[in-house]
Amino acid sequence: MAETKKKFKGLSRELMALRVANELEDGTYVNLGIGIPTLVSDWIEGRDIILQAELGMLNTGPLASQSEVEQDLINASCQPVTELPGSCYFSENESFAMIRGGYMDVAVLGALQVSEKGDLAGWQNPGRGLPEDIGNIGGSMDLAVGARKVIIAMMHITNDGEYKIVKQCSYPLTAQGVVDLIVTDLAVIEVTPKGLLLREVASGLTAEDVQSVTEPKLIISPDLTEIQF
Amino acid sequence: MNKVYPGVDEAVADIPDGASVAISGFFTAGTPIPLIKALAKQGAKDLTIICMQMGPGNEDINQLVINKQVKKAICNYPFYRSASRGANSPTEQAVRAGELEMEVYPMGTFTEKLRAAGAGIAAFYTPTGVGTVVEEGKEKRKFGNKEYLLELALKPDYAFVYAYKGDTMGNLTCHLTARNYNPEMAAAGKITIAAVENLVAPGGLDGDMVHIPGVYVQRVVKVDRPEYFPTID
Repeated sequence: MAETKKKFKGLSRELMALRVANELEDGTYVNLGIGIPTLVSDWIEGRDIILQAELGMLNTGPLASQSEVEQDLINASCQPVTELPGSCYFSENESFAMIRGGYMDVAVLGALQVSEKGDLAGWQNPGRGLPEDIGNIGGSMDLAVGARKVIIAMMHITNDGEYKIVKQCSYPLTAQGVVDLIVTDLAVIEVTPKGLLLREVASGLTAEDVQSVTEPKLIISPDLTEIQF
Repeated sequence: MNKVYPGVDEAVADIPDGASVAISGFFTAGTPIPLIKALAKQGAKDLTIICMQMGPGNEDINQLVINKQVKKAICNYPFYRSASRGANSPTEQAVRAGELEMEVYPMGTFTEKLRAAGAGIAAFYTPTGVGTVVEEGKEKRKFGNKEYLLELALKPDYAFVYAYKGDTMGNLTCHLTARNYNPEMAAAGKITIAAVENLVAPGGLDGDMVHIPGVYVQRVVKVDRPEYFPTID
């Protein structure tokens, strides 16, 4: 993998989450993965969006305050949460039936690598040195395959400056050809049958800047804009 | 039909060396901690543990690994997320040392394998894992335009489950997100042992609110609510 330098200052994790939140439509059921995706919940309070927690809850509420903590009520990241009017509970098995069954409109997931064909690698970093067929798969493969739309929220490059948007994933795959949209600290990129379409760039950056930290050749949208909130 | 055992030690006493034991719980929620502690004390060896995680949010399971009671673990999210924390965990160290065999499945496949076992289904086709390491060695079949993997049912010798409320006949009601794996593991286990916080006589549960029908539960034991703060950090 080619080395690139971390040379651009982009959006904070919070603003990336806001950009993802703006992509979500009202009236949808959404599952948020661990990491940056979890922050999306901070931006959708009061909106007509129902969050699923894959351990068996729909309409998951905000994180619990110290006095609200109920040990039997957590999200999939093991954080105490609250319920909302209309929250409901079910088994893990039913939760994944609804995920594979196509009832989740959107899954927002983190990623280690995304390929230009929309392949997703996110469950195992080989750098950790564990055998290649074991690691924390968790719910990621089911969500990637089952959700109608998959949005990736991740930093554009690694801390070491390596590409995360690549021609072909070198890390173990979560699923093939499932990613629809990539939101990074530097850009918003859509996965299309023709390749990666650069739709938006962070304030102060050009399409060339984003291309310089992206391995596959980007198609520049004729409507290219700065990332809007 | 009274299925109540006097305590957790009696409830796990007959688990032999080499048994497979499913342990419920999503990280901290719905984890039958008193039964795990009892199994560590009981000392059965060469166990196959079927559990979402081997340490994160479930520190008590570490004791089974430290005691070298576990031969194999079947999981879906076995390790700590943090590499540094993981490097110090008994499970990760045992895996790296080649002392602990491990199989990892996608979460939905993991729970469906248990559901199938409890429902008399030998195997099922799922789209999850196609094109990944999960497909290795498995039959792949096309239905319509989509590929699916054949996954086999997983039937544990014992299942440890947890319920907020239960009656002496083994009917169980779970609480909030602590339900998670409990219903499917209860049905899958050949012998299912339920740790119950609030034990009542028949008639003391609202039959409409039973999440796990008593037919799946062979042993019931009253436990105190383990108090903890939910976290995996």
